[in-house]
Amino acid sequence: MFSWDLLANAVVAGVLLGGFYAAVSLGIGLIFGLLDIANIAQPAFLILGAYAAYVMNSAYGLDPILAGIAFTPVFYLLGAVVYRVYYGSFERRGQESLRGLVFFFGILFIIEVSLSRKFGVDYRLVQAGYIGKSIDLGGIGISFRYLVPCLVGVAMTLALYLFLARTFYGRAIMAVSQDQAALRLMGADPIRIKTIAFGIGIAAASLAGALLIMIAPVIPSTDRDYIGRMFAITVLGGMGSIGGTLVAAVILGVVESIMATFFGPSWSLAVSFGILLAALAVRPSGLFGR
Amino acid sequence: MRRAWVSVLIGLVVVAAGVALASLRVNPYVYFAGYVILQYVVIATAWNILGGYGGYVNFGTPAFFALGAYTAVVLIQLMKAPLPVLIVAGGLVSALLGLGIGYLTLRLRGTFFSIATLALSVVLQTMIINWEYVGGSRGISVIRPSGPPFGNYVVFLFTVMLALAVGAVLVARFIERSWIGRGLAALRDNEEAAECMGVPTLRLKLFATTISGFLLGVAGAPFPYYVTFVVPDSAFALDYAVNALAMPMIGGTTSWMGPVIGAVLVGTAQQLATVTISSDLNLLIVGVVLVAFVVLAPEGILGLVRRLRAP
Repeated sequence: MFSWDLLANAVVAGVLLGGFYAAVSLGIGLIFGLLDIANIAQPAFLILGAYAAYVMNSAYGLDPILAGIAFTPVFYLLGAVVYRVYYGSFERRGQESLRGLVFFFGILFIIEVSLSRKFGVDYRLVQAGYIGKSIDLGGIGISFRYLVPCLVGVAMTLALYLFLARTFYGRAIMAVSQDQAALRLMGADPIRIKTIAFGIGIAAASLAGALLIMIAPVIPSTDRDYIGRMFAITVLGGMGSIGGTLVAAVILGVVESIMATFFGPSWSLAVSFGILLAALAVRPSGLFGR
Repeated sequence: MRRAWVSVLIGLVVVAAGVALASLRVNPYVYFAGYVILQYVVIATAWNILGGYGGYVNFGTPAFFALGAYTAVVLIQLMKAPLPVLIVAGGLVSALLGLGIGYLTLRLRGTFFSIATLALSVVLQTMIINWEYVGGSRGISVIRPSGPPFGNYVVFLFTVMLALAVGAVLVARFIERSWIGRGLAALRDNEEAAECMGVPTLRLKLFATTISGFLLGVAGAPFPYYVTFVVPDSAFALDYAVNALAMPMIGGTTSWMGPVIGAVLVGTAQQLATVTISSDLNLLIVGVVLVAFVVLAPEGILGLVRRLRAP
């Protein structure tokens, strides 16, 4: 018995999920895709963002999205500091591949364990007036819990695209990803530009984390689920192509949603990692490779 | 060749000392904790053959370890196979997976390889969770065979793991001192240049991933009998991934001694912290020490010692 209704619902839910996945992947698209820094601690910053939103929401009743935006400067500074340490310890000495990777892995671990010490391993969630609501479009239910993160995700994608294409610093980031030496000759400091880009990438995790805790309850080890998704989307989307990231995120969201609907949610995680493995093995430059 | 025999002899002496310790009947917790530390000696040594000598960072250690453990679970379920069979079979199955990721290195280098191994671990875990025969996500309980050859079962497992650890270290030491180790070092420093100089890079990489996978599987195979209740969350624990790379990094990656020093120091510290403070705090300490070491002492403890010795 194949149900078209079920499929339509799964596809719509997948597209909405995809918009949210785009928000999650923008930061790593910038950091890994453009700067070539394998920041595997990115999902930990995402969860950190989710817990920041949780604390503001449960203590002061602040709207999670506003909380996410409010924390972006803090995360930007955090990212800038992390990049400076990374640069001073590894990139400058040309040791970024092995030890840099281990460095970020350590940071991921520190954030995760610190969170589980502070908040325990209970599931946490946020409250807001619109989270429980949903609308019905001819048999297809759209819950605000997914719609709002999707819209915010699309807005973030658009904002980052415009930033990279139109502003001075955005263009400088694109330049540093293409030719660092040439940028230096033009009189700009590549390290400063990379610090800014890294900071923006981490700041994006703050807002994306607030969206994450809106969609589903969060525990500190949720970050592991997102390592595969983030990198799958970034690789599939063509390493730092902003439009490609959105398309890849929607593809992943739809495939995961269909798998979860027809085979059970325990398989959906394997999909993202399976896609990642296949993408890495067959076409490492992604669907929209430069 | 003479020196190789000497090291084998030293290994045998270590095992004999372990057996002597096993017959002493000190506090049983010592064996319980000692098993975990020795297991980490095997894991860290195995990781270092690929990561330290060859420069390919494997984040998928839990996949290999759990594959060894779950191979053992299947064999116990099927025919109550004896422990030596479990160890060999667990090692071989993990070695096959190692060979597989070895071919992956043809296309993926550096970061991409590491991310792929991470992905591998999650895919494998999902498959195990959905496989009811080995207990699925609820886990499965394993009954230890009655009557171990000597002592009680934990003491017996402790001795077995000690022998495995000595074996793993001897293998690593042999690789390091042979042309294989020099070839791996060459491809770690510059793979293109090594290839151009006639180093058989693919064969070396396949060898390193296979032997590393084998040893990780061997470390995992006695795990079901040690814990007697296997759940995917414990067999695929992120602790293995972190410790596997933290221990060699803290000890020093260029010599077989590094992983041993790292595993004994960090492993003992973790066991002490688990008893005296709390188990998640000990993981936090490992994370902080790991980051401190890669930033401040990139050559590990061995590098620090070398620096002190040099005038």
